[in-house]
Amino acid sequence: MEITKVVDTKGMACPMPIVKVKKALDTLESGQVMEVQSTDKGSLNDFQAWVKQTNHELVKHEEEQGVYKFFVRKK
Amino acid sequence: MTEQKEKTTIVLFSGDMDKAIAAFIIANGAAAYDHEVTIFFTFWGLNTMRRDEVVKVKKGFLEKAFGWMMPRGAKKLGLSNMHYMGMGPKLIKHVMKKHNALTLPQLIELAQEQGVKLVACTMTMDLLGLQQEELIPGMEYAGVAGYLGDAVDAKVNLFI
Repeated sequence: MEITKVVDTKGMACPMPIVKVKKALDTLESGQVMEVQSTDKGSLNDFQAWVKQTNHELVKHEEEQGVYKFFVRKK
Repeated sequence: MTEQKEKTTIVLFSGDMDKAIAAFIIANGAAAYDHEVTIFFTFWGLNTMRRDEVVKVKKGFLEKAFGWMMPRGAKKLGLSNMHYMGMGPKLIKHVMKKHNALTLPQLIELAQEQGVKLVACTMTMDLLGLQQEELIPGMEYAGVAGYLGDAVDAKVNLFI
């Protein structure tokens, strides 16, 4: 999987992660994938809901030592 | 984009800092959902959008008195709870900084940057004696019909 962009939202509080991700996604082409890093414990629920409503695809997500990573493919 | 965007509308009636923060967080989140977002400011909520400096405008005595008694802008709002004669807001600002949360002025700026439509209710502006020059630039002005025009199409509709 080729990652076009990495968005670091570690340490940011609501609503900044989702705002940053939206801005980053606007710069991508359809089909490109970005990686989002977050330390917000609510981010898994947030991203799952956001991806569903905005019709993008959450390819996978993982958590490592308190850092959540989300891989989102633009529709 | 040809598809119709979803809409979110929020009525900010309260002039409390905590409620205004909640309103602006939801507005910014909705904008990140690619919604068309409108915040309609009425009554005490209008004070959130007041400029913090004194603006010279022609006013009667009552309007002037309202102007002195009401908070001048987002930085001056009180808390709905635990206000403690002004200590509460200081405490909240301290913990918000500690947790990296955006301040209310930053949230307002972010909302403007994201294209959130900020609408002031002209009827309550008259009641409170507020004039357009006293509110921050970039506001729109409308009444209940303007608000409802946005609200009928919005799935998210909040009164705060």
